[in-house]
Amino acid sequence: MSGRVVIGLLAAAAAALALGLAADNYVLRLATTVGMYAALTWSWNLIGGYAGYPSFATAAFFGLGAYAAGVLQTSGLPFGLAWPLAGLTVAVFAGLLGGAILHLRGHYFAIASLVVADVLREVTNVWTGVTGGGMGLSLPLLSLGGVNGQARFYFTAMLMMAALGLGISWLVERSRLGVALRCIEQNEDAAQVIGVDTRACKVAVFMLSGMLAGATGAVYASWVTYIDPTDVYDVLLSVKPIVMALIGGVGTLMGPLVGAVVFLGLEELFWRNVLEFHAGLLGLLVVALVLFLPGGLRDMGRYGLLRRLGRFLPWSRKIL
Amino acid sequence: MKPLLRLDGVTHRFGGVVALDRIAFALGEGEIVGLIGPNGAGKTTLVNVITGVHRLSAGHVYFNDERIDGLKPDRIARRGIARTFQIVQPFPRMTVAENVAAAALFAGHAGSIPEANRAALEHLEFCGLLSQAAKPASSLTLAGRKRLELAKSLALKPKLLFLDEVNAGLNHSEMDHALELIRAIAARGVTIVLIEHLMKVVMKASTRVVVLHHGQLIADGHPAQVIADPHVIEAYLGRSYAAEHFAGEPA
Amino acid sequence: MLYLQVLLNGLALGGLYACIAAGFSLVWGVLNVINIMHGSLIVLGAYLAFFAHQVFGINPFLFAPVAGLVLFAIAYPLQKLVINPVMGRPVLITLTLTFGLNLFLDNLMLKFFQADFRKITFDPPLGVFNLGGLLVPVDRVMATATGLALVGALWLLLRNTQLGRAIIAVRMDSQAAALMGIDVTRTYALAFALGAFMAGAAGALLSGIFPISPVTSSVYLGKAFVICVLGGLGSIPGVLVGGFALGIIESFGTLVLGPELALTLAFLLLIALLMFRPSGLLGRRGFQ
Repeated sequence: MSGRVVIGLLAAAAAALALGLAADNYVLRLATTVGMYAALTWSWNLIGGYAGYPSFATAAFFGLGAYAAGVLQTSGLPFGLAWPLAGLTVAVFAGLLGGAILHLRGHYFAIASLVVADVLREVTNVWTGVTGGGMGLSLPLLSLGGVNGQARFYFTAMLMMAALGLGISWLVERSRLGVALRCIEQNEDAAQVIGVDTRACKVAVFMLSGMLAGATGAVYASWVTYIDPTDVYDVLLSVKPIVMALIGGVGTLMGPLVGAVVFLGLEELFWRNVLEFHAGLLGLLVVALVLFLPGGLRDMGRYGLLRRLGRFLPWSRKIL
Repeated sequence: MKPLLRLDGVTHRFGGVVALDRIAFALGEGEIVGLIGPNGAGKTTLVNVITGVHRLSAGHVYFNDERIDGLKPDRIARRGIARTFQIVQPFPRMTVAENVAAAALFAGHAGSIPEANRAALEHLEFCGLLSQAAKPASSLTLAGRKRLELAKSLALKPKLLFLDEVNAGLNHSEMDHALELIRAIAARGVTIVLIEHLMKVVMKASTRVVVLHHGQLIADGHPAQVIADPHVIEAYLGRSYAAEHFAGEPA
Repeated sequence: MLYLQVLLNGLALGGLYACIAAGFSLVWGVLNVINIMHGSLIVLGAYLAFFAHQVFGINPFLFAPVAGLVLFAIAYPLQKLVINPVMGRPVLITLTLTFGLNLFLDNLMLKFFQADFRKITFDPPLGVFNLGGLLVPVDRVMATATGLALVGALWLLLRNTQLGRAIIAVRMDSQAAALMGIDVTRTYALAFALGAFMAGAAGALLSGIFPISPVTSSVYLGKAFVICVLGGLGSIPGVLVGGFALGIIESFGTLVLGPELALTLAFLLLIALLMFRPSGLLGRRGFQ
């Protein structure tokens, strides 16, 4: 790992530690959300950034993980088992889904992945016996020593998810799979010709992405203790990670973290004050981002702004 | 001697057109075969079918006596068949070295990423691209890209190599370089099939020539024989020319 | 008899559905942009018709072309300024852009119109046609007929006018079209604006039948997707086939699974089609 990445990670770890120990519950909640979205963005980055397949399936994975964990826990399973099992369930689902749609390219793949969340949401709505349907599902409250204990616990849990996301991404980048994905992203036909089993690679990374998003959904479900289909299958859960990746740099290692921090920071600073229309402003932000900074924050160098910031952040990565 | 590659009744139809019509021939190890024919004869289609890019409509393809028709391109590459593309297909945002190393890593069966990197440098040196190793693949000239294609194909450690119009767009001296490389590759034990428009290259380099026309195999033999074959001449130059110049011989 | 009625229910919406999808298919086929805003544009057209009816008493089915024109006027500069810069960029970029635009428009409409559903009530009510025991509401017939007329007009425009031919040329090969002297950028903008026209008109037609609210925009977008994949992309006949097909599928789906799942069924069919036959029932190759 390059020196800059190590420094960045140490700084992030120190900040996390400080937060966990010193911060009040409001700040902790914010930090937990950052951790959650960082994990989701790392999840998206695997299939969308490394493999170059514009996936809108993040919401589907997240929601499925939330419900899987919810259903398991209401059947009596402790969270320590429910969370990994939920992740595994979503990984299997992602494998099956991937087998069905990863041969599609571009728009067709994007649409198919987008539509999956809708289908899952409706199925969840209707399967009232198991999921509580439109009335939602209540999860057992974990006894963790009061409100402060809860806040710290879930902050740590989401931090683990984020760390998992970073860890998986780091391993993938350095592995043969990572090289294969870069080849697929740049020229899928040529990748086949040099011996890459493109189908297997794509499905594998899709499963990793699903597992990560699903596990994050599972933690989320316990965190909020009440989930309903519209909430956990919300399309914004697919769109926000993409925007965060765009901000931080698609296909980079630390991009997801940078993007999540910047995006959620902005959201917190400006839009809580403009509560009514903040989703609309988000839309404008996205438009501005795509038009002016399509390569993410490092594009700010183009406009002479924050050139030094751009150099500090670890954008490039060697693939071999 | 057991043939390296054997085609048996290979037919490829698409959209009502018969692109390949019951092609049958066999290649032995160590041959350098020229595959020629007028435009649209089906030469690239044949290579695509052999390497798994297109599916056969009928017939079989055997490589080392094992059937390979129906396998996907990556499997076929791993078995030792490589090909270059007429329209060169690099990984544009990777460096020249990374392009070759990727090939070495997968079908080239390199044990590890560092090993693939080492192999890449060797192949680049062989093809005369070592000086450009760190440049992005998209910055190469056409001649450079053709050599990159070649280096990538070599990194796959092929037993059989299809060179599809490697000389298109090259000038005389570049072409001579290319020919030297081809001979050097053959000397390493790789069986080569040259798809070529340029007769000069075919005559100089091949030990045997196979001719396709309208998807059919119309001639197969020693270069000098083949170019004198009236069927071949007719295919390239038309019936009237052939009739004019070969009056009295069976058409 | 029941099945005939269900079939008729589906057919009665076919023309309207074709109108919903025509603009979307045009933009996707010609600009290779999936316009996520499409659903919201439809809803905007619906509101325009709603207010035209409230304030001036104008029949929404007649108002449809006017709604279309308003949206045309909005969409043309929108494309030139905002969407043009990303033409030819990867799917991720264009899709995210239209997502952002959609988010903005949707929330703008929520702010001004509120989320509550509004419905046009005809006074006197339009009633129902009785075809030998089979019932078809008049409003649906009018919507479908007008929808078909508009789609037909679009088809004529594409085939017989210079603009139409320019659009088709650009769709087939934008570089060749440019070489032939076609102003590709202007053609893109016009095609996009035409798409918005169709969306606005479709919205006006919808307002005559269904309750409207900004929250339904994604439903119409979803229907447009399904219709395009069902019928095959970038062709008017495809949109017609897809529109009627979706109408029938939804109708039978409602019978078997209930109204909430009817669209889900369509989505499942969409995924199945994408898996096995992405070029749709008519088999024309779409853009990747």
